[in-house]
Amino acid sequence: MSRYSDLTRLPDARGRYGVHGGRFVSETLSFALEELERIYAGLKDDAEFQAAFDYDLSHYVGRPSPLYHASRWSNELGGAQIWLKREDLNHTGAHKINNTIGQALLAKKSGKPRVIAETGAGQHGVATATVCARLGLKCEIYMGAEDVERQKLNVYRMRLLGAEVHAVESGSRTLKDAMNEALRDWVTNVDDTFYIIGTVAGPHPYPAMVRDFTSVIGREARRQSLEQIGHLPDALVACVGGGSNAIGLFYPFIEDEGVAMYGVEAGGEGIESGRHAAPLAGNAPRGVLHGNRTYIMSDEGGQVLDTHSISAGLDYPGVGPEHAHWKDIGRVNYVVANDDQVLEAFREVTRIEGIMPALETAHALAHAKVLAREMTPDQHIVVNLSGRGDKDILTVARIDGIEF
Amino acid sequence: MNRIDQCFARLRDESRKALIPYITAGDPAPQYTAEFLHALVEAGADLLEVGVPFSDPMADGPVIQKACERALKQGTRLSHVFDIVREFRQEDTRTPIVLMGYLNPIERMGYDTFARECRAAGVDGVLIVDMPPEEADELSVHLNEHALHAVYLIAPTTSDERAAVIGRHGSGYLYYVSLKGVTGSASIDVEAVSRQLAHLRQFSDLPLCVGFGIRDAQSAAAVAQVADGVIVGSALVGLIADNADTPDVIATKLAGTLAGMREAMDRT
Ligand SMILES: Cc1ncc(COP(=O)(O)O)c(C=O)c1O
Repeated sequence: MSRYSDLTRLPDARGRYGVHGGRFVSETLSFALEELERIYAGLKDDAEFQAAFDYDLSHYVGRPSPLYHASRWSNELGGAQIWLKREDLNHTGAHKINNTIGQALLAKKSGKPRVIAETGAGQHGVATATVCARLGLKCEIYMGAEDVERQKLNVYRMRLLGAEVHAVESGSRTLKDAMNEALRDWVTNVDDTFYIIGTVAGPHPYPAMVRDFTSVIGREARRQSLEQIGHLPDALVACVGGGSNAIGLFYPFIEDEGVAMYGVEAGGEGIESGRHAAPLAGNAPRGVLHGNRTYIMSDEGGQVLDTHSISAGLDYPGVGPEHAHWKDIGRVNYVVANDDQVLEAFREVTRIEGIMPALETAHALAHAKVLAREMTPDQHIVVNLSGRGDKDILTVARIDGIEF
Repeated sequence: MNRIDQCFARLRDESRKALIPYITAGDPAPQYTAEFLHALVEAGADLLEVGVPFSDPMADGPVIQKACERALKQGTRLSHVFDIVREFRQEDTRTPIVLMGYLNPIERMGYDTFARECRAAGVDGVLIVDMPPEEADELSVHLNEHALHAVYLIAPTTSDERAAVIGRHGSGYLYYVSLKGVTGSASIDVEAVSRQLAHLRQFSDLPLCVGFGIRDAQSAAAVAQVADGVIVGSALVGLIADNADTPDVIATKLAGTLAGMREAMDRT
């Protein structure tokens, strides 16, 4: 028995992870969430549903994804061995597709012909548009106007896939506002619309459901570690926006006491500058947003603060409720990487390993670098390489002073 | 007795229906809100819903979203809303006030402080859009302690099981959301609302008030025939938006619109 065994029994019947989580939504949506909870509870352990999910993961997504030993980079750093869980090699280029496949199967089961989603970097939007194209579902994506600008390539990808993309002009014009707008759409069209949330946030049962679909990452990584390293790794590292790729990697190891875990939030221009997106590492107060209780960056009056990050996918003032609980009990260490460290890691891994990570992912790599140097060459770190960086080329080029 | 209960008892005696305007506190600036509320009472409001501005009003359409933005830009926070209510209460100790908003500012303030401040300022009830009764255990304790009513929403999608739960937890009145959507969207289908309300009566003896989609005297009068109260929000907030640059004329315009609704409701 591990002292963390209780963690695999969460959430409780009310969707709580300690004090976090729950279902804080306006009444119109309560019915839809109860229905979703019922459908998911019925299918979660259904062999046929799981088989369909597994089939799509292997034949459409291309799983299992490799666990790659970044030996050249590890040697260069001179510390622990770094292994990369290659979610960038998935169809559509990020971990997001795992969850999207699962939820789209639920959408199909629930008979709703229309799908909506919010997106930050556009990876979840692309993944959703992709599965909708394949299943013949109508797809509309909400994206903050600022993100539409900085992730142009993904916007065009979504449109090519047949999705309608709505640029959201309200508030800070980023991910949180896209989620507000998606919720407004859902309230209005709840009868025929399935909302595919892209991270482990939102009202119960979303955080649990997205965790379950994404945990395929960690299940594979655990098995691959035993095969390729010969034992469990010493540490896991993943970036944290809402927290789906991190939970996907961490959850199957959560009872393994010897495995340290690091969730890396967006430090932006530095925690002390106030321009960041790090509710956990920045010790934000507890609050309620988008249907769940968690840590939320807000001012004294409880107004949600604008966030800043070089990466659109981490630019979110909240975080999934299960991460908030893991912070409370000290199971996972939440740290930050700042924009400049992120760019450095992006360039370094591209040049040394020939793998161009997403800017979100580069946060995890930046911390892995720090961590590896504190460890010894006989130790092992598994990093979730959550996505590929093609979508960020224009952003990096602009920083280099190049316009296309 | 809570002012809300007194208000509905009085209306019942007079065989009249409640007219309930909603405006966002601090829109277009905090110094005007109390004046607007007085004007609305003068024009025939029975109960006032005062919106607490929030950065992420997920259940609101563009009209109230923009009202929140204007109010927040002027620095209106929850603590200032209490100041506004206190100011209003200097002249009006009779008209009930319900604060309507989202949970995050209340979480930040702390439930106990919030309930105590509500009571001290002269608030009579609260309606928190993103707090269904299942999530209200903790706050309810504090609301009860300070004799504040908890008003809950019921929607067209609410199942009978949920309606029973909401009926048990609610106090003051129940707020029936007339349509699937955000505030300020499509117009109301009075016949459908009438059917729904008749069905809901079995779950609660509380007054049933209807909001969302009531935008003129005609729809107010039609809804008043089937409900215990009529809630008007976006139509009034839209007036404030249109005249935000000349705040001095707003009170008169709000009163004019509301008086028209009052008259139409009382005529039928
Ligand atoms: C490649 C990649 N990694 C990480 C994230 C952050 O999301 P999460 O924290 O849910 O994994 C995103 C979001 O867009 C992403 O595209």
